[in-house]
Amino acid sequence: MTVLVNKNTKVIVQGITGHQGSFHAGEMLKFGTRIVAGTSPGKGGTKFQDQVPVVDSVSEAMAFEPDATMISVAAPFVKDAAFEAIDNGIKIIYVLTEKVPFHDSMEIVHEAKLRGITVMGPNGPGITVPGECKIGIMPNQIFRQGDVAVASRSGTLTYEIVDHITRSGLGESAVIGLGGDPVVGLTYIDVLKLFEADERTKRIVLVGEIGGNNEELAAKYIREHVKKKVVAYITGRSAPPGKRMGHAGAIIEKGVGTAESKIKAFEEAGVKVAEFPDDVPGLLK
Amino acid sequence: MNLYEYMGKEIFRKYGIPVPEGYVVEKPADIREYKKPVVVKSQILLGGRGKSGGIKFAKSQADLKASTEELLGAKIRGLTVTKLLVEDMVNIKKEYYVSFALNRSERSPMLIASASGGVEIESVPHSEIFTRKIDPLLGYSDFIGREAAKFMKLDKNQSAQFRDILGKLYSVFSEEDCELVEINPLMETVEGQFIAADAKVVMDSDSFFRHKDINITDPEKTPLELEAQSKGYAFVELDGNIGVIANGAGLTMATLDALTLHKGKPRNFLDLGGTDNVEIVAQAFDLVLKANPKAILVNIFGGVTKGDTVANGIVEAKKRFNIKKPIVVRLSGVHEEEGRKILKDAGIESFPTMMEAIKMVVKVAGEAQ
Repeated sequence: MTVLVNKNTKVIVQGITGHQGSFHAGEMLKFGTRIVAGTSPGKGGTKFQDQVPVVDSVSEAMAFEPDATMISVAAPFVKDAAFEAIDNGIKIIYVLTEKVPFHDSMEIVHEAKLRGITVMGPNGPGITVPGECKIGIMPNQIFRQGDVAVASRSGTLTYEIVDHITRSGLGESAVIGLGGDPVVGLTYIDVLKLFEADERTKRIVLVGEIGGNNEELAAKYIREHVKKKVVAYITGRSAPPGKRMGHAGAIIEKGVGTAESKIKAFEEAGVKVAEFPDDVPGLLK
Repeated sequence: MNLYEYMGKEIFRKYGIPVPEGYVVEKPADIREYKKPVVVKSQILLGGRGKSGGIKFAKSQADLKASTEELLGAKIRGLTVTKLLVEDMVNIKKEYYVSFALNRSERSPMLIASASGGVEIESVPHSEIFTRKIDPLLGYSDFIGREAAKFMKLDKNQSAQFRDILGKLYSVFSEEDCELVEINPLMETVEGQFIAADAKVVMDSDSFFRHKDINITDPEKTPLELEAQSKGYAFVELDGNIGVIANGAGLTMATLDALTLHKGKPRNFLDLGGTDNVEIVAQAFDLVLKANPKAILVNIFGGVTKGDTVANGIVEAKKRFNIKKPIVVRLSGVHEEEGRKILKDAGIESFPTMMEAIKMVVKVAGEAQ
């Protein structure tokens, strides 16, 4: 039992011939991910890196019985790509693309929920279970198998923290990028449930940032339901209110979404909050 | 992106939501002949404009001229007034509140309505506020309006007008890709008509590819932020003296936080994004230099963005822009050794960890004149 994906997970890549899609599909193959097909309308019949069949549509890709799809198409086409995956019944969808209108994301997330489909992203770096499967763009070399599960709203900051965890001698059981948008498929509470149930996971790191109140809701959930050790890091302490700090979701509005409020909520739930990213491994031990 | 009231009202008009008759004034000569009492409203993106003196009432041509001249160019809580909205005054009987906004944790729109409008909704007691989650797949439907109208104790005529506006307001919210549409106050006139006396519309800028008709620059961005946006960088000006270039929004924020916790003062937020292009790195320096920092910190965790690419970009920028200011670099991740060698050969100091680089840049910025 692993978190959402494992070495048997059959993955397709929607947009496998694009600049981003092809680079990252190549890295995923090196990691050991089972990519069974890729889609690229109009380019069906070719092969990616002489091994992965490219087809025109998700419905053609269903012949390869995929369990998961990675969507790497431009923002205006994400809703169509996600609906195509949902309509074909693929159970796990990861959307890498950034700048997706959140009205599209709301529809994707709600339709998926009705059908029991898990959506992650948009605007996230992917999901990695070291030694098993990587979907997304996280650098292959930072991981080591271990018992720390990480969930985060950002990309490079996650790599920074995972790198510190790995260098400290620990390793990871799962790393999930939730996405930097105001509307994303999975919340911290959703992943806390997965991490709590996962046998490999012994400790949990939540990487949060300013904007919204999902960290506060997570803190409340941890206090009531999570037995495993949880450590948090919150970024955006120095961000001015009303400014979007790169991520569409990273904004303090009407006093809601400050780093102080999130840090306080975690500390009140007994979760240690790291001051700097490199403090995380010390707090885990 | 936050729209000015007059822009919001143009959209409302397009969707059939009643708004007062009015026109925009940018210079004193724009005022029209006085016919009946008008309100002169500063077009600035602040709540509580009235209390800050940004709204005047005119009951004669002389009044209108005087208030226009007084408000144009005035500074209200730090913002300069460049546009006014001159609107027919309405005879107020009662003020209501209504909005549709994104509820992030529910991943759904939320309707908020109250019979106690005209003040900030945060100051209205919970017992007087109707809130209801909207299923984005179902959208708004009249039964929701009936629930709200009952809660607000509206009579049959009031309810019909209110629900008509609610339906149209939801169309604005969903068709124009809004984060927030708010009418506060939604005015009921002495004559019994409902009319939107104010308009707050916040659009999702990620949706602009399908709103080609929206051709306005974000009024809340500085000229340098607008330049950065046009070049594809996420950039925010801050008031410190250390320029920052990092990759990824989270890591960039973490860099600003760590600088601040070490008593450094960041001048900006600049997210390089995922790039493997020397020119994108060099152009980032151009922007940061325009903000005139005392020192520049580059913090890169290489993945898609390779260490050697960044190093070559830094060396290129130093040469092209003849940079004499201290540059402190942190490089780790993919191709970090190659990158650090390139920097060393060019005489630029680099560190493997974020903390070392941060301590160094705070030190050199403190020493720089």
